[in-house]
Amino acid sequence: MTAGPDTEHEPTQDRWATALQEIASARWTVAVGAVVLAVLVGSVMIAFTDEGVQEASVYFFSRPSDTFAALGDAIGGAYSALFRGSVYNNRAETFAQAIRPLTETLNYATPLIAAGLGVAVAFRAGLFNIGGQGQMLLAAAAAGWVGFGVKGLPFPLHLLLALVAGIAAGAVWAGIAGLLKARTGAHEVIVTIMLNYVGFYLVFYMLSTPGLLRAPGSANPKTPPTAESAQLPHLVGERFTLHWGFVLALLAVVGVWWLLNRSSLGFQFRAVGQNPRAARVAGIDVPRATTIAMLFAGGLVGLAGASQVLGSVTNGFSSDIDAGIGFDAITVALLGGSGPWGVLAAGILFGAFKAGGSTMQVSEGVPDEIVLVVQSLIVLFIAAPPLVRAIFRLPHPGTRKRPGAGDRRRAAKKKEVTA
Amino acid sequence: MRLELRGITKRFGALVANDHIDLVVEPGEIHCLLGENGAGKSTLMNVLYGLYTADEGEILLDDAVQSFSGPGDAMAAGIGMVHQHFMLVPVFTVAENVMLGHEQVKGGGVLDLDAARARVREISARFGFHVDPDAVVEDLPVGVQQRVEIIKALSRDADVLVFDEPTAVLTPQETDELMGIMRQLRDDGAAIVFITHKLREVREVADKISVVRLGKIVGEASPTATDAELASLMVGRAVSLTVHKDAPVVAETGLTVDNLVVTSETGAVLVDDVSFDVRGGEVLVVAGVQGNGQTELTEALIGLQPNVTGSILLDGKELAGRSVREVLDAGVGFVPEDRTHDGLVGEFTIAENLMLDRADGPPFVRKGALQLAERDRFAREKVAEFDVRTQGIEAAVGRLSGGNQQKVVLARELSRDLRLFVAAQPTRGVDVGSIEFIHKRIVATRDAGVPVVVVSTELDEAVALADRIMVMYRGRVVGIVPATTPRDVLGLMMAGILPQDAEGGAA
Repeated sequence: MTAGPDTEHEPTQDRWATALQEIASARWTVAVGAVVLAVLVGSVMIAFTDEGVQEASVYFFSRPSDTFAALGDAIGGAYSALFRGSVYNNRAETFAQAIRPLTETLNYATPLIAAGLGVAVAFRAGLFNIGGQGQMLLAAAAAGWVGFGVKGLPFPLHLLLALVAGIAAGAVWAGIAGLLKARTGAHEVIVTIMLNYVGFYLVFYMLSTPGLLRAPGSANPKTPPTAESAQLPHLVGERFTLHWGFVLALLAVVGVWWLLNRSSLGFQFRAVGQNPRAARVAGIDVPRATTIAMLFAGGLVGLAGASQVLGSVTNGFSSDIDAGIGFDAITVALLGGSGPWGVLAAGILFGAFKAGGSTMQVSEGVPDEIVLVVQSLIVLFIAAPPLVRAIFRLPHPGTRKRPGAGDRRRAAKKKEVTA
Repeated sequence: MRLELRGITKRFGALVANDHIDLVVEPGEIHCLLGENGAGKSTLMNVLYGLYTADEGEILLDDAVQSFSGPGDAMAAGIGMVHQHFMLVPVFTVAENVMLGHEQVKGGGVLDLDAARARVREISARFGFHVDPDAVVEDLPVGVQQRVEIIKALSRDADVLVFDEPTAVLTPQETDELMGIMRQLRDDGAAIVFITHKLREVREVADKISVVRLGKIVGEASPTATDAELASLMVGRAVSLTVHKDAPVVAETGLTVDNLVVTSETGAVLVDDVSFDVRGGEVLVVAGVQGNGQTELTEALIGLQPNVTGSILLDGKELAGRSVREVLDAGVGFVPEDRTHDGLVGEFTIAENLMLDRADGPPFVRKGALQLAERDRFAREKVAEFDVRTQGIEAAVGRLSGGNQQKVVLARELSRDLRLFVAAQPTRGVDVGSIEFIHKRIVATRDAGVPVVVVSTELDEAVALADRIMVMYRGRVVGIVPATTPRDVLGLMMAGILPQDAEGGAA
């Protein structure tokens, strides 16, 4: 009854949900701000670790210009190496070589986009899918098993079967968490984290056991290579690693856009994610939506796992096939604001970090861990939107903090005009 | 102490919540601030209480300019506030709550509870409050909890007392008692600011009335002004406060509820053996003080309560034990009590909210795909029909005013082919102008031959809308009486007294 701006929108959901909403609704301005800030902080770290800067700073007060020159060298060198390694190599002799880094970036981006979409779909349904690792491993195992284990199928059919197997395995693994949440209320964060362990050791067991995933005659826990008939073909020629998995990821982006924005199911996901109570009152089956959302999420992460073993790592894989992508996907989804296009952009950015990081290390001696630091800083800044907004003086998204009085008054004013 | 506000202006961004407000409250005077929700009353009081800093203007106490940087300063200066939502720690005793924030300690940092107890007893005796200092607050009835709030303010020697919508949670009897307390405090020399939007209360206790609209004081009124005069000042135009309705044309069929029992997860009985029927073309208002099982009753009707026994027959079809989806599909329209949490998805657009309960089938979904054109056409039509004041159907519902939000809920629920309409607190937190509209729509639904169940805690609304009134107390039905039943009888029934006894008691 009061007109107090603060009374009506008291937080009723638990803090996870509030944090989730805050994060999921991050505006692209905040995302860009976070990237810029992270890169700036990264520069400071590059400067501190650079030997040239350290040497010059010893005599900073006699010749400060040396320090600044060294700073410029270190930071400029590092980031231009990052660019050379990820987008366009201007030192290459042929055009094909010059754009190779770009194809590398897209290659790295492929699983990040697919898995990022998986996390994003779950986000939109109000679910924190931390189980990317487990889902990827299971998907890789299933796709890989079909890829090398099934004999005699012709090319597109074999590949298709392997892809479906991978996607299904990821979906099932995530679906377990969805079902447990829907039926018993078990928190999906806990369940998906635990399923990561279960998935890891399950796959490790299968890799170590001859007759399951382990290559015959091999002493290592590694699978046989994927059969040619089950491999994703190269996209731009044999010389580049980029494969059709990237196209699948792009199709997934469009598919998820349609799912979230144009389908009944996506509408229900979003309603449940934003306000499960209102969704329930409106007759939406919340447990069903939760379960299906996790199935979709797992399927998308599964696509990432399948695309790895069918496209990128075709000569047999071991238990590190997930390569941390399941967790990077969370970052990608956060940075992408849980929207399909945002995830696409964020996935490519992170792919560029991965592709360029090694070039940075090789040519400039900057430890490529700095890339990880920058990535982590991005998440940190994304998670603190008020900080980013304050630094860049971005406008406050006033609707969430000060609803009540203002809007009612505006409405009242309008009413007066019309009355 | 004399309170004076001079030219108080408070802005939130581009919005001016308080626009050069001048207000003088003399000691020994009850000054009523009357205004619609969102008029800026609470903002003004939050400025007074140090929660907000005014952009312009000053606060004077006995002609001395004050500057408050927080409620602590305001309290120290002698301003006490009784909030609508009690600021009490439920598991603490009355004495502990009263001392909270300015604890007195004995040697060694031990809390001096005895001093606090004595203080409570003293104030309690002075005003005849009958409050036990050792009672745990959560065990006390709401009316008594409010007295604890008042004691809290008085224990800090407050000379200026602000009551912010204090009657929202009280029974009519408790409200009358509060009025008595306010008069007593006034006679004791306190300057009292009484914020409300209920006209009856205003005329009962106010010495002076200031009407706030759109952040400005738009006029002073005398307590002898009529309801219509006050309401039109508040809203800025003439308002019809009574609901016009013809005699009901009652159908044979409708809703029949038999021996309905709702239990909580922990086994507590929330709705206790409730039976009633509502036929097509009549309005049954479920009246009662908040928290006496009305919410659970409506939730049981709609299929939201898990543990339900008994039967809910709609046109001969059993609804008990069905899912919400099935109940909605059976033709039940439902306006939930808490629209921001249960009725709407705040981040969704108006158009999206209008299709919320038809998210998986025609007309808005075909073959799994949303029919955006159909949805938007429908949304534009409903926005116009229900007079939702918005910039467009793509506006987020969370940004609308309470009244407009409720119109969206109503538009959604009333645009299906209904066989039963259930509305819980349909006008809570809604401005006077929208209340009028919502009442009209409810009556129109009844006149279309639909059985209507309305839950209301406001006696005025219950009497205005009802063909019959069912009063609930502690989960049970106290009685089902005609809408012509005298108010005081209804009030006593709301306190659990059976109608026949109530009529004797009130006579």
